[in-house]
Amino acid sequence: MKSIKTRFIIALIFSLPMLLEMLLKPWGVMLPGHQVTMFVLTTIVMVLADGPFIRSAWAAFKHHNANMDTLVAVGTLTAYLYSIYAMLTHKPVFFEIAAFVVTFVLLGQVFEEMSKTTANSAVTKLLSLQAKMAMVKRNGEFINLPIQEVKVGDLILVKPGEKIPVDGIIKKGQSSVDESMITGESMPVTKRTGDQVIGSTLNKTGVLEFSAQKIGEETMLAQIVTIVKKAQTSRAPIQKVVDKISSVFVPVVLILALLTYLVWFVILDASNVDALLYAVAVVIVACPCALGIATPTALMVGTGRSAKMGILIKNGEILEEINQIKAIAFDKTGTITQGKPEVTDIYGDQKTVLSLAAGLEQYSEHPLAQAIVKKAQSLQIEPAAIQNFQNIEGKGVKGVYRKKIVSLGNAKLTDEFEISVELSEQYHRYQDQAKTVAILAWGQKVIGLIAIQDTPKSSAKAAISALKSRGLQTVMITGDNQKVANQIAKQVGIDKVVAEVLPENKAMEVKHLQVNGAKVAFVGDGINDAPALSVADIGIAMGSGTDIAIEAGDIVLVKNDLQDVVRSLELSRKIVKRIKLNLFWAFIYNVIGIPVAAGCLAFLGISLSPELAGLAMAFSSLSVVLSSLMLNFEKIK
Amino acid sequence: MKIIVTILVLAAIVFIAWWFFKKDKKQGTQAVVNGENQAVTINVDGGYTPETVDLKKGVPATLNFYRKDPSTCLEEVVFSDFGIKEKLPQNKTQAIQIDTSHEGEFEYACGMNMYHGKVIIK
Repeated sequence: MKSIKTRFIIALIFSLPMLLEMLLKPWGVMLPGHQVTMFVLTTIVMVLADGPFIRSAWAAFKHHNANMDTLVAVGTLTAYLYSIYAMLTHKPVFFEIAAFVVTFVLLGQVFEEMSKTTANSAVTKLLSLQAKMAMVKRNGEFINLPIQEVKVGDLILVKPGEKIPVDGIIKKGQSSVDESMITGESMPVTKRTGDQVIGSTLNKTGVLEFSAQKIGEETMLAQIVTIVKKAQTSRAPIQKVVDKISSVFVPVVLILALLTYLVWFVILDASNVDALLYAVAVVIVACPCALGIATPTALMVGTGRSAKMGILIKNGEILEEINQIKAIAFDKTGTITQGKPEVTDIYGDQKTVLSLAAGLEQYSEHPLAQAIVKKAQSLQIEPAAIQNFQNIEGKGVKGVYRKKIVSLGNAKLTDEFEISVELSEQYHRYQDQAKTVAILAWGQKVIGLIAIQDTPKSSAKAAISALKSRGLQTVMITGDNQKVANQIAKQVGIDKVVAEVLPENKAMEVKHLQVNGAKVAFVGDGINDAPALSVADIGIAMGSGTDIAIEAGDIVLVKNDLQDVVRSLELSRKIVKRIKLNLFWAFIYNVIGIPVAAGCLAFLGISLSPELAGLAMAFSSLSVVLSSLMLNFEKIK
Repeated sequence: MKIIVTILVLAAIVFIAWWFFKKDKKQGTQAVVNGENQAVTINVDGGYTPETVDLKKGVPATLNFYRKDPSTCLEEVVFSDFGIKEKLPQNKTQAIQIDTSHEGEFEYACGMNMYHGKVIIK
C-alpha cells in the first residue's frame, strides 16, 4: 500500500498541470484537450491518491461510523462526479477542485505525521537510553554479554564513558555519574562504594564495579517508561466533552452541507453549480481531526517534557485538579529535611568529645549515632578504643575508657552526673534551637555536648516561598516533637505545623485539611506515606533511590528536589492551558469555517472555494499539533 | 424541479441521521482459549470487528489486530486503562497482550477516540 507521502506526490504531480492552467488562464493558455485532459488527470488522482480515503469512508459507513475520510471522500466525489456529468452535458467542469482538495489534505497529513512523530518521541527517546551490552563477571572473568542475560547479583564492570547497564549498588570504585537523562539533574553526581547507580546513566570518570539489583522490567528506566506510556494514553476529563461532540460531528456536517445546498438552490435561487460548490466547501472545511487531537497531543508532549525533567505525571485526569488545590501538605523527614541528621554543634573539647562519642557509637545503626560517627570521620578524628559497651535503655550508651566510665545519652543521664552551669545553659540553648542534644560524661563529670539536627534541604526555603506566592497554604505533618517541627517550619517558612502525628494518622490529618471540599496536595515519600498520598487529591511522591513507587501518588518526582514540586504545578498548569487553547482553536476554526464555507458572508463578497477549504482544513489540524509541540519550548524555572 | 430536489435532500438528511445515529447492539465475541492462552483476531476496517471481545479472567490474552483500512484515523489503537498505545501496520497482524487479572469493561479506541471497541474481562 502506498504511503501518505507517495500519495501526496502522485496527487501533486497530476494536479500541477491543472494549477498551471488556472494561473495562466487569464492569458488564454489552456491545457491541450481541455476537459478530457482534466478528466484523465483527476481520475488518476482520484484512484491513486483519493482511493484510500474513499475506501476507508465506505468501510466506516458500513459500520455506521463516519470520520474525516468520510468528509474528504464525500466532498471530492461530489465535485468529481458532478464534473463528469457536466462534461457529458457540455457544462463548465470542476475537476481541479477534487484534485486540489486531495492534494492539500494529503499535504496536511504529511506534515501532521512528521510533527506527530516528534510529539511522540519521549518514550522512544527513553527506550533508546537503554544500554545493549554489559561487562559481567562470569567464572572469575568479565565478559561482554547482552543485557538480557544479566542476572540479579551479577558483578558488573563499567569503564569511564560507558553506560551503566542496570540498577545496582557499587562494590568497588568511585566515579562521577551523569544522571541527567533519568533524573533531570544537570550536575554529575559523585558515586562511591555503597552508593546506588541507575541503569542507563553515564559513567564519566572512574571505573566502577557494581552488583546488579534490578534488571529488565524492574529497572528505574523501565518503570519510568511504563508511567510515561500510561500518562500519554490517559485522557484528560475535558476530553469527554470533546468525544461527545466528535461522535456526532461528521453526520451533523453532512446534514449542514445538504441544508446549505437546499437553501442556496431552493430558497436563494442560486444556480445548481453554485449551491453545489457551497455544499462541497462545507464538507471539506469541517475538521473533526483538530478536535480529536487537541487533547492527546498536548498531553503527550507535556508529559514527555516533564518526564525529561524528572517529573512523572502519571495521569491526565489529575492535571485540572492540580490547578484547583488550596493547600499543600508536606511530610517532614526526608521531604522538607534531608532525612539524614547531622551534627551541627559540638561543645567542649572537640577532639576529645568526638573521639569518645564516635568510639561509643561506631557500631550503632541509630541515625543519630551515625551522624556522630560521620562527623568524626569528616574531621578525621579517630574513634577512641572503648571497652565494655553497655546499652542503657532509653538513656544512651556506656563504656570504659582509660579505666573511667564514659557515657553518652540524653538528659536523663545528667541526673547522675555533675554538670557545670555553663554546660547546662548551653544545653538549654541548643534545645531552644530544636536540636537533639547528646550529653557526654567521663568519670563523674559532663565534659561535652553534641547538638544534632536534621537540616532542611537547600531547595526547601525557595520552594515553599514559591508555593506561597501562588496563594497556597503550606502545612507540615510530622511525627516529630512540636519544638523541632516548629523550628524547621520557621526555617523554611511553612505556615502551619501539625506535629506528633503517628505515621498511621497522617492520612487523617490530610482529610482534616480537606474540609469544605478544599483540594489538598500531599508531598511525601512513596513508601511510608502511601496512605496520605492516596487520600490527598494530588499525591506527590518524592523519589528515593531506584524505587519509584509506581502505585503511590499521582506525580512522582524522580530526584529529591523540592523545587520540582513547584515545577510540576507549573507544568500541569501549562499543559492544561495548552489543551484549552488547542480546543479553543479547533472549535473556533470549525465555528467560523463552516458558516463561511456555507456562504453566510457571501453578501459581503466573502466566500471559501472548496480548494481553499481543503487547505484550511489541512492546516487546522497541523496547527494543533504544532501548538502542542510548543509545550517543549515553554519556560519552566 | 425544486420540489423534487427538496424532497430528495430532506430524505437524504433523514437517512444520514438514521444511519449514523442508530445504535445497534453488537454481540461480544468470546476469545478462543488455547491451552494456557486466549486469543481473538480483530479486523480493523471502518471500525473494529468484533467490537466487543469477552475475555476470561486470569488467562493471558492476546488481541490480534489486523488493519485492512488505509485510513490514518485507525493507525493507532489505544487502551488507556492499560497504558497501551500501539501502531497498527496496514495488512499485518499486530498482537497486543492484555492483562486479564482484573475484571471489568475496558474501552479501547483509535488515536483520536473516534472509533471504539470494548474488552470485557470476567
